[in-house]
Amino acid sequence: MSESAPSAAETRRLAQEARDRIRFEEEALGLSDQVYRVARRLAGSREEAEDLVQQTYERAFRSWRQYTPGTNLRAWLLRILTNLNIDRGRRQQRTPQTTSIDNEAGDYFLYNKLESQVPDENPDEERVLERLSQDSIVDALADVPHDFRDVIVLVDIGEFSYADAAQILDIPIGTVMSRLHRGRRILKKNLADKAAV
Amino acid sequence: MLDDCDRCEEMMQPFLDGTLSDEEVALAQRHLDKCSWCAKRYHFEERLRHYVRVAVSEPMPPELKAKLAALRTPL
Repeated sequence: MSESAPSAAETRRLAQEARDRIRFEEEALGLSDQVYRVARRLAGSREEAEDLVQQTYERAFRSWRQYTPGTNLRAWLLRILTNLNIDRGRRQQRTPQTTSIDNEAGDYFLYNKLESQVPDENPDEERVLERLSQDSIVDALADVPHDFRDVIVLVDIGEFSYADAAQILDIPIGTVMSRLHRGRRILKKNLADKAAV
Repeated sequence: MLDDCDRCEEMMQPFLDGTLSDEEVALAQRHLDKCSWCAKRYHFEERLRHYVRVAVSEPMPPELKAKLAALRTPL
C-alpha cells in the first residue's frame, strides 16, 4: 500500500467535511435574496450592492469553517458584507454623529403633516399613507446618514433583532436602539419633506 | 388629555417594537382604547413600517443569483 493512501478514518472525515461544506453552501445560497435586499439599501447603488453580495459569498465560501452551525447564518453573512462595505472606504465620508434635525419633531409629526395635505375631513390612515410614493420612500431612506441608515436597514428592512444588528455592526445594543430611534425620526422628516404637495 | 397623548407619542416606537414593560403596555393600551387620535397615529406607524419595507425591497437580479450559484464547490 502506498504511504500516501489516506486511512479509513481520514477518508470518512473528508467525506463528512465535503457534506458539511455542501450543506453550508446550500444554506447560504438559500439566504441570498434576503442578503441582497439588505445589501441593496446599505450600498449606494445597485452595482455596488451586487459587487458586495458577490464578494460576501466568495469570502463566506472560503471561510465557511469559521461559521458555527446552528447560529444565525444570515447575520454571519451580513457581518461579512458590512465589513467589506467598510473596507471599501465608504465610512470615510462618514456623517458626524451630531446630524441635526431641524425642529426635532415627535413621532406623530409625519402623520400630522401628511394628514393636513389630504383634503378630506378626518381621512383614514390609508389615504394619508397614499401621500407617499415609492420613489419618495427610496429617496428618503437613501438620504438618512449612514450610521442611522445601517440600523434602520438591518432592523426595519432586514428584520434583524437588536442583538443581531449590534453584532453585525459591532456596536453596543444601546447604540443600536438610540440610532434606530433617531434614524426613524430622520427618515420621517425626509418623508415629510418629499411628500407630494 | 394632552399630557397623556404626549406620553403615548413617546411610547409609540418602543410599543411597536415590543420593548415596553407589561405595565407600560397596559398604560399605552388604556390610553389608545379611549383616544382615537393617538390610535390612528399608532396604526399609521404600523402601516408605514410595512409600507417602507415593501417600497424599498428590490428583487435580486437573476444574473447575480447565477453568479453566486457558480461559486459553489464543484461536486
